[in-house]
Amino acid sequence: MPTTLDSPAAPVLSKPSGLSVGVLLFRLRALIALFVLIGVFSVLSSAFFTEQNLIILVGQTAINAIMAVGMTFVILTGGIDLSVGSTVGLAAMMSGLLINQGVRIELLGVAIYFNIPMIIVICLCLGLLVGAFNGLLITRFNVAPFIATLGTLYIARGTAQLSNNGATFPNLVGNPELGNTGFPILGAGSILGIPIVIWIMVVFAAVAAFVAAKTPFGRQVYAVGGNERAAELSGIYVNRIKMSVYMICGLCAAMTGLITASQLVAAHPAVGESYELNAIAAVVLGGTSLSGGRGAMWGTIVGALVIGVLTNGLVLLGVQEFWKKVITGLVIILAVVLDQLQERLQQRLALKRA
Amino acid sequence: MDQMESPGKTVSNGTKVVLVAEKMTKRFPGTTALDEVDFTVYAGAVNVLVGENGAGKSTLMKILAGVERATSGRMLLDGSPVEFKSAREAAHAGIGIIFQELNLYPNLSISENIFVARERTRGGVVQHRLQEQLTSELLNRLEQPLNPATLVRDLRMGQQQIVEIAKALSQNVRILIMDEPTSALTAAETEALFHIIGDLRANGVAIIYISHKLEELLTIGDYVTVLRDGKLAAASPARAINVAWIIEKMVGRTVDATRHRIPAAATADDRPVLEVKNLNLPRVGGGFTLENVSLTLRRGEILAIFGLMGAGRTELFECLMGQHPEASGEICLNGRKLQHESIRGRIDLGMMLVPEDRQRLGLIQKLSVAHNITLANLQRFVTAFWLSERREIREINAMIRNLSIKTQNPQQPITSLSGGNQQKVVIAKSLLTEPQLLMLDEPTRGIDVGAKAEIFEIMNQLAEKGLAILFVSSELPEMLTIPDRVMVLSKGKVTGEFLHDRLSEEDLVLAAGSRQQTGRPLPTHHLN
Repeated sequence: MPTTLDSPAAPVLSKPSGLSVGVLLFRLRALIALFVLIGVFSVLSSAFFTEQNLIILVGQTAINAIMAVGMTFVILTGGIDLSVGSTVGLAAMMSGLLINQGVRIELLGVAIYFNIPMIIVICLCLGLLVGAFNGLLITRFNVAPFIATLGTLYIARGTAQLSNNGATFPNLVGNPELGNTGFPILGAGSILGIPIVIWIMVVFAAVAAFVAAKTPFGRQVYAVGGNERAAELSGIYVNRIKMSVYMICGLCAAMTGLITASQLVAAHPAVGESYELNAIAAVVLGGTSLSGGRGAMWGTIVGALVIGVLTNGLVLLGVQEFWKKVITGLVIILAVVLDQLQERLQQRLALKRA
Repeated sequence: MDQMESPGKTVSNGTKVVLVAEKMTKRFPGTTALDEVDFTVYAGAVNVLVGENGAGKSTLMKILAGVERATSGRMLLDGSPVEFKSAREAAHAGIGIIFQELNLYPNLSISENIFVARERTRGGVVQHRLQEQLTSELLNRLEQPLNPATLVRDLRMGQQQIVEIAKALSQNVRILIMDEPTSALTAAETEALFHIIGDLRANGVAIIYISHKLEELLTIGDYVTVLRDGKLAAASPARAINVAWIIEKMVGRTVDATRHRIPAAATADDRPVLEVKNLNLPRVGGGFTLENVSLTLRRGEILAIFGLMGAGRTELFECLMGQHPEASGEICLNGRKLQHESIRGRIDLGMMLVPEDRQRLGLIQKLSVAHNITLANLQRFVTAFWLSERREIREINAMIRNLSIKTQNPQQPITSLSGGNQQKVVIAKSLLTEPQLLMLDEPTRGIDVGAKAEIFEIMNQLAEKGLAILFVSSELPEMLTIPDRVMVLSKGKVTGEFLHDRLSEEDLVLAAGSRQQTGRPLPTHHLN
């Protein structure tokens, strides 16, 4: 078919018109599930839909959501980060160490104490460092993400326990003389009546959603997860992207560690254990494909909220802890099954041109 | 509209109808892929099915092979109605299919692939020796004495095709569907395949053959059925028709199939865009994949690299993109010597590759048409530190318009486009990087005639705008019409170089099969 380089067809960008209501409902299933759960729990428990409980609920969710935001970036590239739970513990212990003991320089016989903002920055940098370590293993030494981060899981947890010989750093209130008071505000304070924790989640989620959807970096994350080789041939520095997502993930985990330590006003070396699984569950519930390249940040937040609502609601209903686990597991499996169904549905739609 | 003899009866020359599909209709939400198509399959004959991408060939084949189920219509096998609920049922009835994208396990051996899911066992243990012996017999029957224990990943495309055929034969197929079997094969491999097809035909197997290579269809085919837009366009015995007839039925109008380009005029600006000197790429285990390859490419010139599979064509492109740090020699782009530049660095310097394997290397399947187009040059759309959607949309639409990419909406998934349009998206992506040197590796592989002509037209227009174009193809007719100059590679060496007006198919084939320089010597400034 002979063609000219200036034929008049003028397509425009708009939302896909052929999108049926069914597909749309399918895509928004996490959100629908969230509303259904909220509805059900509101009916079953009068204590559920109260301002007080909702703030508690969102606060609990925030810890998981912040980790899940970082995890989303990793999973979008087709990777996985199992070390976030340990990074939470490591960052928490680091904050405890810096507040209670400071940095001791034996040679001079002095200890340096930092103020709280500095401590937060140092702990976040520690998270970045853990992420960079993961990224290095994965990009330079070609270790599969699952294995690399599994190794880091143990290393980081071990280091957290070593930092105080397995003991807790208690009473992280600081000392006015050392100028390092105020740490508990992070976990307990609120601005405009809303806990700071929730503000942090909102900021992390908003920035992450923007980065994922609107920046070249975000687009490249999707591309790497969609087809690594093609992305590389399109001039994308695949290794840099991978490195960055693990660092972001480490940063988010460290933030979670700080919040947890601040809420408990103590740093326990076992804090954050199995958190990585909650984060992955939130990402998956939010519709992000574990094989990479597909998903959205808002989905992750919704996913984290679904888990939060489920946990909170079941507690209010007096459901036994063990049943809670069973139900959460079933919900996660259901989400993945639905995800597969959607994939098949879309494939069938795409096949119409075969 | 020509119709074939009515189904069910034996035709004059003794061939027997084995399968009849009547009024096959397949509807997907929003589209009708097949619209009351009748298709007759003759035993001991090559039944060719042809049509542009999206004409419904693949859908029809999938229904015949039990992969998909028809919305309506019926199939008669040996006169009695059949309905296949799965590919397994179809296989039981003697219908085998070889997909365009081969369904082999690269990590398993030839014999393991052939007997996969049908392993010969004794007491639950796989009888590897027996399987390998049976495989050897099959391969010998196909005159391909490969070692049955060889891993499929170590085979060339052509050999993998043979394995697929052997697999089908091991299941006693009566009807063998081949979807574009030659799209990745070299001339020699194609010839071997035709030989095998001839044998199968002589043994009474009905072959259903899908291809975009029209000359090939008439060489090998006995009956030709043309589909267009999901409908039966025409059917005829092959001896009664020619290529022009097929094209006319396929596109519904006559088309200038071979278009001639005015050879690039000698430009005043004679500095080469690309200069490669003594490029060597050592091979693992000794020898060279590329040996002493030198070439020069000027603005507005189209240079084609012709060669058989394994000649080093793709590796040459990989070297140019800096993918082989072990390569030695000199590569200069616009007079600047390339050394350790990354792919990004090379793209920024003005070179861009449209890779051979569209699905694996060219596209991000999970992204939309729009996002695929802008992927390689996102910096171009950055305002402050985010992407300006407005500017993106503007350039995407311009590209879609300029390259006539047929898409209802740029937000559509890339997988919803036909092969030809997907290829245009990869080209659009490359063009947005504003290259001075565009490298296309088999740009027309697996796409239909109409789209091929469009791709060539795009290449011509780009060359006229001053782009230097380097392209690889294993299709001879393309060599004769498109490039200004053809360089032939054989086993990693340049074995010939021909100017457009001094080029014959024989020369090319000869050079491609040889180990020595056979091309007519060219003056250094050949374009003057």
